[in-house]
Amino acid sequence: MNTVLELENLKKRYGLRWALTGVDLTVNEGEVLGLVGPNGSGKSTMLKLIAGLAHPTDGKVLINGQKPGPESKAHTAVLPDADYVYRWMTVRQAIEYVSGFYEDFDHDKAGRLIEMMGIEPGMKVAHLSKGMNERLKLVLVMARNADLILLDEPLGGIDPTSRDKIICAIATEYRWEHSAMIIATHLIRDIEPLFDKVLFLKNGQAELYGNADELRSKYNGSIEDIFKEVFV
Amino acid sequence: MIYIVTAHSAFNENMPIYIQIMDLIKQRICAGQMGMGDKLPSVRDMAVELRVNPNTIQRAYQELEREGMVFTQRGMGTFVTEDKDRIGSVRNELAGRLVQQFIDGMTSLGFQEQQILYHVKSYLEHQPTTGADDNERG
Repeated sequence: MNTVLELENLKKRYGLRWALTGVDLTVNEGEVLGLVGPNGSGKSTMLKLIAGLAHPTDGKVLINGQKPGPESKAHTAVLPDADYVYRWMTVRQAIEYVSGFYEDFDHDKAGRLIEMMGIEPGMKVAHLSKGMNERLKLVLVMARNADLILLDEPLGGIDPTSRDKIICAIATEYRWEHSAMIIATHLIRDIEPLFDKVLFLKNGQAELYGNADELRSKYNGSIEDIFKEVFV
Repeated sequence: MIYIVTAHSAFNENMPIYIQIMDLIKQRICAGQMGMGDKLPSVRDMAVELRVNPNTIQRAYQELEREGMVFTQRGMGTFVTEDKDRIGSVRNELAGRLVQQFIDGMTSLGFQEQQILYHVKSYLEHQPTTGADDNERG
């Protein structure tokens, strides 16, 4: 069992404000880590550091034993919180555009996912509803055969059907044998059955960390219930 | 508690999910939806059907094997046991749990043993049966 990601006493400060104050975790091949915490707890910062889009103030990020760089970026797929797909493109064009950046982009997978998600390939991105937009963002990530997949709030502010489609797509297309995945979210209920491990991030630190089912046993509640207790 | 899980979204996440999956499979076997010696869905297929992490399914399959409800053949998959007695005893175990839940519920409402038995008998007597009786009721 390979360790894909390792965080060692990871700290990040923006000016005077500490976003992360010392986080340790490991994610192995085939594992899904749920990174849960309220807005502002440091989830997005952590994902940024893992994606190599920012540098740690202290501590280490190791992806397959190395610091984030061109090598790790080629094998890391990120779903950011914000919209990043060019709005003047059609869905088809957006897929072509993104596929050009990544060797591990799988066109067949993309086609399957577009169909599963019910997205019109000829439609302009600007005309997509919020739910359809989020579905498309996920397609662009899951169509890659990436070793490390980082999803930042994949279920944010969208209709229940889109939520269900997204969860189904992750369950179906995630390469359980090869990849590692981190799902950062505060919308836990529907997605928590996908988690192997969970890390509760509070004020930039790990408040709780462990195997999902073991936590459920120990606290006699769902991950969402534990969340409500940890973040009163 | 036994939760009759029919759809992926019907999980009660209060309890370890692998235990609920074990219960689901036991129910399917005892109810005859899966026959003795039948092949269980692959870990992956089951994970997608239930929208659950495959490691969780894997754990459920392993525990079921430990309990003798299923057996694994390398490279071929996981199969329902051919041991009729084993299935029978698990069926009784599930029945026992349902009975306990029911009795606990009734007791908490203040019913005594005789009243509980009366309610059960009365319910069973008034259940529609198939065929002739339905015609009589018109």
